[in-house]
Amino acid sequence: MNNVTHLSGYNNFVLPFMIGMIFVLSCCAIGAVRVILELPASDKKKFFLSLINPKIMAQNVRDWFCDCLFHVKLWKRNKLLGYMHSSIAFGWFMIILLGHIEVFLYTPDRIHKLWYPIFFRYFVAVNDNTMQGSFFFFLMDFFLLIILSGILLALVKRVRSRAFGMRRTTRLSFTDRIGLYSLWLIFPLRLLAEGFTADISGGSFLTMSLNHVLHSFLGSEMNMLPTWWAYSLTLGTFMCILPFSRYMHIPAEILLIPMRNAGILITHSRKGVSRLYVHTCPGCGVCIDACPMGAVKANNKDATVYLNRQLKRGNQRRINEISEKCLLCGKCSAVCQVGVEGDKLRIAQRTQIKYNLSPDYSKIDVNSLINTNNIFVNTANKNVSYTENKKVLYFAGCMTSLTPSIRKSMVSILNKSGVDWRFMDEEGGICCGRPMWMAGRLEQAKQMAEKNTEIIKTSGADMLLLSCPICYRIFKERYSLEGVEVLHHTEYIDRLVSEGRLNLSRSDTRYVYHDPCELGRGCNIYEQPRHVVSAVGELVEAAKNGKESVCCGGSLGSLTLGFDKRKPLTENALANLTAGSPDAIVTACPLCQSTFGRYSDRPVKDIAQIVDENS
Amino acid sequence: MSMFGFRISPSSTIDLDKVDRNRFKKLCALEPDASKCMACGSCSATCSASEFSGMSVRKVLLCLQQGREKEAYAMMSSCMLCGKCLMVCPRGINTRHLILSISRIYGKEESI
Repeated sequence: MNNVTHLSGYNNFVLPFMIGMIFVLSCCAIGAVRVILELPASDKKKFFLSLINPKIMAQNVRDWFCDCLFHVKLWKRNKLLGYMHSSIAFGWFMIILLGHIEVFLYTPDRIHKLWYPIFFRYFVAVNDNTMQGSFFFFLMDFFLLIILSGILLALVKRVRSRAFGMRRTTRLSFTDRIGLYSLWLIFPLRLLAEGFTADISGGSFLTMSLNHVLHSFLGSEMNMLPTWWAYSLTLGTFMCILPFSRYMHIPAEILLIPMRNAGILITHSRKGVSRLYVHTCPGCGVCIDACPMGAVKANNKDATVYLNRQLKRGNQRRINEISEKCLLCGKCSAVCQVGVEGDKLRIAQRTQIKYNLSPDYSKIDVNSLINTNNIFVNTANKNVSYTENKKVLYFAGCMTSLTPSIRKSMVSILNKSGVDWRFMDEEGGICCGRPMWMAGRLEQAKQMAEKNTEIIKTSGADMLLLSCPICYRIFKERYSLEGVEVLHHTEYIDRLVSEGRLNLSRSDTRYVYHDPCELGRGCNIYEQPRHVVSAVGELVEAAKNGKESVCCGGSLGSLTLGFDKRKPLTENALANLTAGSPDAIVTACPLCQSTFGRYSDRPVKDIAQIVDENS
Repeated sequence: MSMFGFRISPSSTIDLDKVDRNRFKKLCALEPDASKCMACGSCSATCSASEFSGMSVRKVLLCLQQGREKEAYAMMSSCMLCGKCLMVCPRGINTRHLILSISRIYGKEESI
C-alpha cells in the first residue's frame, strides 16, 4: 500500500457531486448576472466603481469573513446560535480550503480535477509523502469534528429552540426540509466514508479511531464504495436543492455584501437588489420573535421571513397582505443577521398597488402658508441674547398639533432658552410626506416635500426643528435642504442643555424612555434623549430598548391593522416598558404618546413636557 | 318647483333611485369600517387637508353614499394621508385604509 492505488483519480461516485456543483454554480452565475443587469444604470456604475475602491473592497473582505463565515452578529445575539452557524460555515470553508491545499501539496498533477479535493481520501493512499501531511490530516479531522458539533447543536435546536434564544422559529417549507436533512447528513457520511478508507488513505484522531472501530466488526472493504457514493449523493442533493431553498442565502450573501457596501438601495419591488434581499434571507426566523405584531399569534405569519418566502413564490395576494399590514417599525431590519431591510422591501411592494384616484397638491398655494409668523425678516428679536444665534423654524407637524401639550412645552422651552424662532405651521400646514411615503405613494410624497421645501427656503431659517420623529425621518432622508440644519427636539434640547442655555432641575422621578421607531431605528438617535432624561430624573431602561425597542402599535406604517387589532400590541409594548417599574413613561413621539396614553396605567409624557416642567 | 320652467338655485335633490350604489356596496364589503361612521365630525375638525379642499372623511363617506362622487373626489384631492383622522376617530375607523380603498374602487370611469 505504498503507492497511490486509484491511479485514474476518477470513480463514478463523483458524478452526483459534479452534477450538483455545476448546477449550483450555473444558477448562481445566472442569478448574479440577472441581479446586476436589473440594477438602474446609475447603481450599476456605483457598484462597479465600488469594486475598484480599495476602502470599500477592504470592507467587503472584512464583511465576507465576519458575516458569511464567523457570523459575528449571531454570536452577539446568542453564543450557542453563533457557534452553531459559524462552526458549520467556517468549518466547511476550512475543509474545502485545506482539501485544496492537500491536493496542491501532494498530488499537484490532479488539481485540475474539480472533485479531487472533495474526495481526496478515497483517491489517495498513505505513503511517506502524504504522511508528511499528518498535520493537515489532523486539521481536517479537527474541523470535521467542529462541524459535527455544530450539526449536533442544530439537531438540539429543532427540539429546544429556546436554549438558543429563539422563542419561535420558522416553519420550514418542503425544499428547506430536504436541504436541511441533506446538510445534516453530509458530514456524518463524510466521517463514515473517511473512516472506512482511513487505513489506506491515512487519517487522524477522528477518522483513524473510527477506522479501528469499524474494522473490529465490519472488516469488509466492500463498505467503502457505498459510503462514498452516499456522501456524494447527499452533497449532490444538497446542491441541487440549494437554489430552491433557503440555503440560497449562502451564495446570495456573498453578492449582497458588496452591493450594500456600495450603497445600493431598493428601487424596484422585485428586481435588482430586492431580488437579492429575498434570496439572502436565510429563513432563520429571528425576525419572527422581533416583530411587535407577534404579540398576537396570528400575526406570526406576517414576519419578514414569510414575506421573503412569498416573494420567492410570487404569491401576490399574500405579498400585499403582509406588506400592507406591517407597522414599518424596522425592527426586523435591525435584528436581521444578513441585513435584509424588511420595511423598505414592504414599501417597495406597496408602490405596486394601483390607485384610480391620486391626490394632486399642485393647487395648494404655498404663499398662503407663509406669513409674518414664520418668516425671518430683519431678525431683531429683542428677547434673543445670543449673538451667534441660529434662526430656528419650528415645524410641529400634524401629530403634534393633536397633542398640544408637546407644542406648548416646546414653545415654552424655546422662549426660556432665548431662541430666535418662528412657527412654520401654527395655523396648520402641509404634511411632511412620510405617511404618504410609507403608503408607497412616493410621487405624492415628493410633491408635498417640494411644497414644504419652498416654505422653508422662503423663511430664511438656518435650522428646522421638529417634534415628530415621523416628520424628522423624511426631512433628513428625502428633503434637500442645503444650509438648513434639521434637528429633532430631543437633539436640540440636549444641545441647549449642554450649551448651558437651559437649566434643568433634577427630581427623583423614575422615567423609562421609549425609543420611537422612526427616531431610534429610523434616524439612529438613542443617546441624546437619554442624556436629557437623566438630567431631569432617574433613567430606567425597558426590558428591550434602543435598537430593539418595541413599537407602540400606533404606527402609521400599517395600512390594514385596525384599532382593536392594535390594542394587544400596545399592551405588549407597555409591559416591556414597565418591566423596571418606572413612575412615568417618557417618549419623544406624539403618536407614541397618544397611543400609550390610551392604555397606560401611569403617566405618558413627551420629553419636551418633562423638560419644561423641570426647567 | 321645476314646473315654472326656471329656478333660482340649482336643485339639491338627490334621487337615490338613480344613484349607482354598487361601488359603495363594494366599498362597504371591503371596508366594514365605512358603515361604522357616526358622523361626529372629529375627522373634519382635525383634517390637515380641509383648508385646501374642504376634505373630511365624514363628508366623503356621505357624498359617496349619495352618489355625489365628483364632490368626494374634489375633497380627496388634497388628502395627505397624515393619519390625524385615524388618531381622533372615536369609532376606531381605519380612515387611512378607507381613503386608499376609495382611491382604488372609485374613479375608474373618470380616469378613462
